[in-house]
Amino acid sequence: MQALEYAMKKTMYEKIWDSHLVVDEAGQAPLLYVDRHLMHEVTSPQAFEGLRLSGRKVRNPHSILATMDHCVPTKNRNLPIADPIAKKQIETMAENCRVNGLNLYDMTDPNNGVIHVVVPEHGFVHPGMVVVCGDSHTATHGAFGALAFGIGTSEVEHVMATQTLPQKKSKTMQVVVNGSLSKYASAKDIALAITGKIGTAGGTGYVIEYTGSAIRELSMEGRMTLCNMAIEAGARAGLVAPDEKTYDYLKGREFAPSAQYWDQALAYWKTLPSDEGALFDATVTLDAADIAPQVSWGTSPEQVVGVDGCVPAPESFTDEIKRQACENALAYMGLTPNTKITDIPIDLVFIGSCTNGRIEDFRIAAEMAKGTQVAKGVTAIAVPGSYHVKHQAEDEGLDKIFIDAGWEWRDPGCSMCLAMNGDELTKGQRSASTSNRNFEGRQGKGGRTHLVSPAMAAAAAAAGHFVDIRKL
Amino acid sequence: MEPYKKHESIAALMNRSNVDTDQIIPKQFLKKVERSGFGQHLFHDWRFNDDGSDNAEFELNKPAFKGAKILVVGDNFGCGSSREHAPWAIADYGFNTIISTSYADIFYNNCFKNGILAIKVDKDQLDKLMTEIAANEGVRFVVDLENQQVTTLGGTGFHFEIDPFRKGNLLSGLDDIGLTLKHVDKITEYEQQHKKDYPWLWA
Ligand code: SF4
Repeated sequence: MQALEYAMKKTMYEKIWDSHLVVDEAGQAPLLYVDRHLMHEVTSPQAFEGLRLSGRKVRNPHSILATMDHCVPTKNRNLPIADPIAKKQIETMAENCRVNGLNLYDMTDPNNGVIHVVVPEHGFVHPGMVVVCGDSHTATHGAFGALAFGIGTSEVEHVMATQTLPQKKSKTMQVVVNGSLSKYASAKDIALAITGKIGTAGGTGYVIEYTGSAIRELSMEGRMTLCNMAIEAGARAGLVAPDEKTYDYLKGREFAPSAQYWDQALAYWKTLPSDEGALFDATVTLDAADIAPQVSWGTSPEQVVGVDGCVPAPESFTDEIKRQACENALAYMGLTPNTKITDIPIDLVFIGSCTNGRIEDFRIAAEMAKGTQVAKGVTAIAVPGSYHVKHQAEDEGLDKIFIDAGWEWRDPGCSMCLAMNGDELTKGQRSASTSNRNFEGRQGKGGRTHLVSPAMAAAAAAAGHFVDIRKL
Repeated sequence: MEPYKKHESIAALMNRSNVDTDQIIPKQFLKKVERSGFGQHLFHDWRFNDDGSDNAEFELNKPAFKGAKILVVGDNFGCGSSREHAPWAIADYGFNTIISTSYADIFYNNCFKNGILAIKVDKDQLDKLMTEIAANEGVRFVVDLENQQVTTLGGTGFHFEIDPFRKGNLLSGLDDIGLTLKHVDKITEYEQQHKKDYPWLWA
């Protein structure tokens, strides 16, 4: 009897899953309907090529929103792109969108920016949707209570042709973050702390739902930062239940439900949160008050520690694989065990990316940068996630603060998050970066990345090394 | 997609865990707009020295592993970025089978979409295979997908589990889209209902 009651209670993931099942037959992966399909220039050209070769068409062009972000220059946008391959990708994207009648925010469009920054700005994703993109950080849109996940290029082609995707159902994991964050700890620090706690494979096979008072207290942008990094914890997607903040954020945006349908949409959205007592396959609990500003020290996002900590010694890991990974990471990162995090000097600071390239990120970074000067020998670049973020920041005078402090104020794009556009670290250079990945070579061959929050990055720029911003 | 046939091939060993897709195919090669030709860049940063010559230290550059179709590799293979260029590069290089204890989700899916059989084994089994290869580099394994069986000279062969749907597609070489479009009527029916239930999405 009890089991039956439980069975009727559903998690948000299960509700979205059930409402999007098109075909569920034995012996075949269930087919899930896709509401929104996001695109950028890197993972789509081969999908269009495949579509063309097989003589198939885009089934629902209105479900697609496309941008150019990965290899666009963040300065001198008016000049032709120097890299011939990047130029080709940009041109191919424009042509593919034109031929198929897709909505594209190209490089010079005032709506242009990083896909996962642009899409929420336009209210293109709503609670309860299934959203895909040929990009692993699609999880960002889980902040709206949408099931959003990254797919490969073949799947991009599949969704274009069929508006569906064969999917295996994931397990569910609840990550509860109780309490309140201390001053200067942010959504980014929660994300890094979770990855540190469960590891980069900890979420494999799961969709994570983030719950708890600290999550409720996050702004929509904070929730985007958090869900964005669900993938770093290995999860298929991250979800936050929609609430008043979600509805307020969406209301009035270009692709949000119009006044005529608003109440109907709202009534539906309110049915989405997980039922009280719904069962998750796994639960992880953290206390927000314990989360110090985080700094990654290695070459995996799980290799992370509080700013008041030290670089660990390989021997401190009992697990042999972790010990080896630590040793390799320290060699690559050029770090010695037991070095205080605040003693690590940096060469470059990057604020931007779909993790931390939104207006709130630049506000808090500007607050830290105000009246400071970038330390000698350090380069600091601020790359807004979109032109809207850029212009909003300029309206608030944030650009002045950065420029006066010796920062470069750029045009939007992925930039140093993955260093495909020419913005990159040289061998051995060390960065404080607000992006999401610190893999070997991610920011340039031989480059050494430390992942941090925007406030931590801005403070590091002024000091030339990491600082415990709680003590400033 | 080529149908996956039973084959006997050299098994190459990479005793590394958490190999991420940034290593499998470094991002400087992602800018191509074609699907083919990524194999020459597979594991680029490990495989080549700064001057472009082969890095003799790198596992896959060992003469014994030339022509290998099977890659035996440590835990959590293919983590990181979702780039499908990674399985393209792996397939284009010549691998059609990977054996590991675990894979990142997206990468695992992408393998099958590109005709690569990604086999999961437990840690013990992987250790045995690794030991066998290390002791006899260039050893050949027989992979029989039909019977879900890998046979090795050293007798460390094993039976593996695989989703029947994935198996069927690999064996027939059937493209996923064609398979889905068999259900096109159901998709249309779903869309009609969707328009009624969520009219704001279609307004
Ligand atoms: S900012 Fe970074 S993580 Fe985000 S879409 Fe661009 S490259 Fe990917």
